[in-house]
Amino acid sequence: MAYKVPRPNLTFAEKIYLPSVLAGLKITLGHLWRMLRGKTHVCMQYPEEKWDSHLPDHYRGAPTLVSDEFGRTRCVACQLCEFICPPRAIRITPGEIPTDDTFAKVEKYPEQFQIDMIRCIYCGLCEEVCPEQAIFLKKEYAIARTSRAEMMHNKAKLIEMGGLQPGVVNKWNEKK
Amino acid sequence: MSTEATTPKPVELVNVQIDGVWYQFPKGTKVIEACSQAGKFIPRYCYHPRLSTPGNCRMCMVELGMPKMGPDRKPELGPDGKPIHNWIPRPQISCAQEVSEGLGVRTDSKMVQDARKGVLEFLLINHPLDCPICDQAGECRLQEFSYDFGPAKTRFLEHKVKKPKRIQIGPRITLDDERCILCSRCVRFMREVAKDDVIGIVNRGSYSTITCHPNKTLDSNYSLNTVDICPVGALTSTDFRFKMRVWFLKETKSFCTSCATGCNTVIGARENLMYRQTPRENNDVNESWMCDYGRLNFHYLNSPDRLLAPVAKGVNEPDWTAALTATASALKSLPPSEVALIASGKMTNEELFLAAGLTQALGIMLHDIVPHTDAGDDILLSTDRNPNTAGAKLLGLCDANAGSKLPAIADGIRGGTIKGLVILGEDATALGLAESELRKLEVLVTTAMLPNLTTASAGYVLPGSGFAEKRGSMVNKSGRLQRLNRAIQAPGLARDDWEILTGLTEAITGTSLGLATIEDVFKAMSAATPALTGLSLSKIGDLGVQLPIA
Repeated sequence: MAYKVPRPNLTFAEKIYLPSVLAGLKITLGHLWRMLRGKTHVCMQYPEEKWDSHLPDHYRGAPTLVSDEFGRTRCVACQLCEFICPPRAIRITPGEIPTDDTFAKVEKYPEQFQIDMIRCIYCGLCEEVCPEQAIFLKKEYAIARTSRAEMMHNKAKLIEMGGLQPGVVNKWNEKK
Repeated sequence: MSTEATTPKPVELVNVQIDGVWYQFPKGTKVIEACSQAGKFIPRYCYHPRLSTPGNCRMCMVELGMPKMGPDRKPELGPDGKPIHNWIPRPQISCAQEVSEGLGVRTDSKMVQDARKGVLEFLLINHPLDCPICDQAGECRLQEFSYDFGPAKTRFLEHKVKKPKRIQIGPRITLDDERCILCSRCVRFMREVAKDDVIGIVNRGSYSTITCHPNKTLDSNYSLNTVDICPVGALTSTDFRFKMRVWFLKETKSFCTSCATGCNTVIGARENLMYRQTPRENNDVNESWMCDYGRLNFHYLNSPDRLLAPVAKGVNEPDWTAALTATASALKSLPPSEVALIASGKMTNEELFLAAGLTQALGIMLHDIVPHTDAGDDILLSTDRNPNTAGAKLLGLCDANAGSKLPAIADGIRGGTIKGLVILGEDATALGLAESELRKLEVLVTTAMLPNLTTASAGYVLPGSGFAEKRGSMVNKSGRLQRLNRAIQAPGLARDDWEILTGLTEAITGTSLGLATIEDVFKAMSAATPALTGLSLSKIGDLGVQLPIA
């Protein structure tokens, strides 16, 4: 069904546009005036100044592996993040924890854990899917290196970036 | 054979109502099977169609109704002319109940749903919920049924019962008792199918535990089938443990090539690496089982020692055409009477057909296959460890007594009357020849996957493919034609063996065989072989075709 759009009835002032143009110029000139007096900051002097203190808590930077209060890397190599990762940036090689290890009860750990930061799109699905709360997107956003090899974050790098994060997953503790 | 066996009795059909629809089933059908055939899947843990039915998991409960009988002992009929049911006021297990005339089944009523919820709640009470580290995750019935039928939340606040974890119950099996739901499938499998009654359940109540009899281990050659039938992650394969999550595995239907039985399998592979093979149901070959020996006999495919490039005149020759031309001219330089060919019972029919073509192209009269025998059993494992001896006989690579010409070939090599040897996928030292005697040969051509003493002495080595890396067909010991499918790619420059043999024959004769694909090879083979007339690779299907041969 055709629908007729009612056209607005414009006044003479609206038809010649000039009052609107002048109103716009007034705002622009007002900004210019404030800037000339040094009252408005348009640019942040990056990298001397950084965003870090302004980042919200939910900011999604580089994915990292966190450790629990006992120093164990929380990851148990379930490979769900590898499965869900849309650009397939994650690659895990699972391994078995020996029976005489302190954390023998966990049985499984990632022998290798690689995130290809060229591929990563910072979507945060890995953090969301993780059943062990082991992978978190920290606030580090400046991931620029000089070679492809450096852009491959290996397990040691990821653990170093992740640091300690006490969490609510207590099921591997001796008393559950 | 008596006449009773040849003329089966007419099967008596009974009328059964499932969720309001009337069906007919043969008498003796289990209610759980009848429901499955009617498209109503009943969740089950302990029930397995090939094992006895203890009815202990209580997962398959349905509501059953008997036809309401009038005073004249005739069923009372409803307005639709069908019997009216007297529904039993409590749920019944469907795995132990056979269908009877007029039976009514409700598979999804409120009572059934509540019963399933209750059973799952009990099963999950002491379950450790360590799915992130459990190899069964992804193919776990407890996971699946909990999502489909279970209660969403736990009400259990007490401490869970602790049981042994990570126990090596056998050389190939890891047991986690906390995950076990005591369905007893493994116990029944070992007792009824493997005939090696070594596992049982000890202790009482929530402390009940699966364990091995004292001083025994679960070391049967069929032990890994318990891993397949375990509905949860209690029994897991030590070989596959933590190697790869099952949802990454690309599954390819194939069959096992470790003996002449040819058990049907599913190959699990990811990114060109084979991780496992599991048995696939085929009532005419292996039912639902396979032996551990065959199941684990694939790691050589992933070996770092695999031959990656052809060798011609003793040096690496990365150009296949040049390698095949050099091989062909070396073979042609010898008179046909001084050349012998040893094929392998591990080759597919297509490769054997082309090998027979190669003997004709070269005029070789002396050819045979190497028999491999070892102890078999009366379950599945055959004494003949060649998967395709029947195919080699069918295609004329060997006579009825496989390997009978091998002593003559060995003597010829020792005596110097045979100066050239083509050996396909076998090790010539198996003939009792020493490496030094092999070096006396003027021309030694071999196709191989892995280095052995023959490839070390051979001037011409053509790297081939393994069973998971190629398509083709084989004939098992009972004359069943089965099909291999490609799950992974051969490494490096290694080629499909049929391509190598086609290329070699073409280089020798100088004319094209007109074979572009494996389908063409099969077509040419079925045209030349009466037993294969009318067949094609696609017609073999996933379950194979019985050939009209003994």
